[in-house]
Amino acid sequence: MIHWVLFLVFGAISVAGAVNLLAQRHPINSALSLIAVLASLAVEYLLLGAEFVAAVQVIVYAGAIMVLFVFTIMLLNAGEEERTRGSRVAIVFGIPGMLIASILIAWILVRYSDTGAVRVGALAGTPTAIAPLLFHDFLLPFEVTSVLILIAIMGAVVLASREPARTSAERGQG
Amino acid sequence: MVPLPYYLVLSGILFGCGVTGFLIKRNVIAIFMSIELMLNGVNLSFVAFAAHWRALSGQVFVFFVMVVAAAEAAVGLAIIIAVYRTRETLNVDQVNLLKL
Repeated sequence: MIHWVLFLVFGAISVAGAVNLLAQRHPINSALSLIAVLASLAVEYLLLGAEFVAAVQVIVYAGAIMVLFVFTIMLLNAGEEERTRGSRVAIVFGIPGMLIASILIAWILVRYSDTGAVRVGALAGTPTAIAPLLFHDFLLPFEVTSVLILIAIMGAVVLASREPARTSAERGQG
Repeated sequence: MVPLPYYLVLSGILFGCGVTGFLIKRNVIAIFMSIELMLNGVNLSFVAFAAHWRALSGQVFVFFVMVVAAAEAAVGLAIIIAVYRTRETLNVDQVNLLKL
């Protein structure tokens, strides 16, 4: 029972945050509602027994990545976005069509799938359980992602640096 | 106990919101945040399936998705800063150098 309540409350918060992200016109408001979405998704992960993923979600996503976003918004002094008029056909046909399609898919998923309920606590994704997978079975992908992160950091520094980096040959000529 | 399809529906709603935001938003940072929303919708279905099939590999996959999202955010925001330096705008309608 309590799982249903938690699922519905935090699911509603995440959907409301996602809709608010679309409705807000200032990027900083969108960023703050995205933080609400990420935090409530962390609770959903906890309900599913994914403790490690929930912690990483809060620390990396809601913490590090969103700080990066807010920093960029502040740095570029992003103002309100101006809306451009979309096509009329998209509004008249697109929104009802999308609503019908999504309700149909949701109804089919809920009605005609005889998969059992997700049992809370049946699968404990604690760091102790994740570690053998991460550092033994998925060791190569783990190391490759560390190289990926390194390349991403260097790329970010090169792209965002004010002066284009000069090679030693250019410096010799100049 | 909450059945699996409810988690999938929630993840689908979040993904749909991300797609909608990607299409209707005009600020490049808001478009980027919509992409993060889509990634999170997929992450939720990963974790739901991991709990359903009793397979922890799904949660490790979510970890990798988060790492790739972090790298993408770092590079993407650097690109946004570089674009803002040269074009002085964040509106994607005005960044149309590749348009015919």
